[in-house]
Amino acid sequence: MKIAVSVKAAKSGAAFDPRFGRAGAFVIVDTNTGEQQAVANPAAQFGGGAGIRAAEFLVRHDVEAVISGAFGPKAYDVLHSSGVRLYQAKSGTVDDLVARLLKGDLDAAEGD
Amino acid sequence: MIIAVASGKGGTGKTTVATSLALSLAPDNPVLFLDCDVEGPNAHLMLKPSLAHREDAFLLIPAVDEVLCDHCGICAEVCQYQAIAVTGRRVLVFPEMCHGCGSCALNCPARAIREVPHVLGTLESGNTPEGIRFARGVLTVGEILAVPVIRQLKMSHPAQIGETVIIDAPPGTSCPVVEAVRGADYVILVTEPTQFGLHDLKLAYELTCELGLPAGVIISRDGIGDREVDDFCLHVGLPVLLRIPMERAIAAGIAQGLPLVSLRPEYNALFKELFLTVAGVSQ
Repeated sequence: MKIAVSVKAAKSGAAFDPRFGRAGAFVIVDTNTGEQQAVANPAAQFGGGAGIRAAEFLVRHDVEAVISGAFGPKAYDVLHSSGVRLYQAKSGTVDDLVARLLKGDLDAAEGD
Repeated sequence: MIIAVASGKGGTGKTTVATSLALSLAPDNPVLFLDCDVEGPNAHLMLKPSLAHREDAFLLIPAVDEVLCDHCGICAEVCQYQAIAVTGRRVLVFPEMCHGCGSCALNCPARAIREVPHVLGTLESGNTPEGIRFARGVLTVGEILAVPVIRQLKMSHPAQIGETVIIDAPPGTSCPVVEAVRGADYVILVTEPTQFGLHDLKLAYELTCELGLPAGVIISRDGIGDREVDDFCLHVGLPVLLRIPMERAIAAGIAQGLPLVSLRPEYNALFKELFLTVAGVSQ
């Protein structure tokens, strides 16, 4: 399964970014291979509609679950309608957050 | 002749000026009055038109035929407002993000996008007791796009030959104001002689410069504040066309829906004179 975590920047060890649409980047973790890939968020600097484009971007990366601080209603619609599961967290490292998700310790997110 | 009344700062007296200018001209000239302040139109309170005719103001937004769509994503790529998301499996349209440009439908290789009307508000029109042709746009509460409503209001009510058009613009200097004053022959900027009035007058003046429109100033609530608005007008060469003093009786009358020219009939002659000045400048 591919899990995306919103982070501040596209570099290893980047801190968790609680914003979804305007997160600096996403770390995409493949739980089958253990591989991690950091990708810059193309919508980070958008004036409006950032959540929509960020969500579309992740769906195109075949992500099946996303961990972030909060999701706006439009981002929620795009992800949810594409079968992506949404999870909320307050803080943590990427490895820690993915481990918590796999243990069932993260809450599913509702559209705000 | 199209005269737009704008202000920068809200609550300076745009509608007071626009309605009294229209009323002073009406006995001698055919007048069309367009209330373009679609987020809070209030000129009808003073002009008391019939508003007998109503039509929808709308925007054309995309409707995607999921059978024809092959999810290529070009519509989402060309959209400048992120109003369409294509995820490979689904196409989602967000009407509130759409500006109605039509690029998605134009660029769709599968011809899967039709444009359908999305109602943004209402256009209402009728005559005032003085025979002024009156029309206003009303943006529906919850909708955010004022510009298409203003554009449609102006397009649906073109000036007839010999008619003087008075446009009551929205406050501020953003897109709705640009849409309202676009095509005007002259812009009257109403301000008050305060620091707030001055700050926003500067912005509104820059807007008229950007659009290449001649402008003049009316100072309302004259007597309060300081002389800085006058100094600014002198400095940039903006004519001060009229001063309306700060008087409790005027404020009280306007609050009851009485036009300035009814409260102070001497303003009829002043507005007619102002109109001749403005008409001379814009020719």
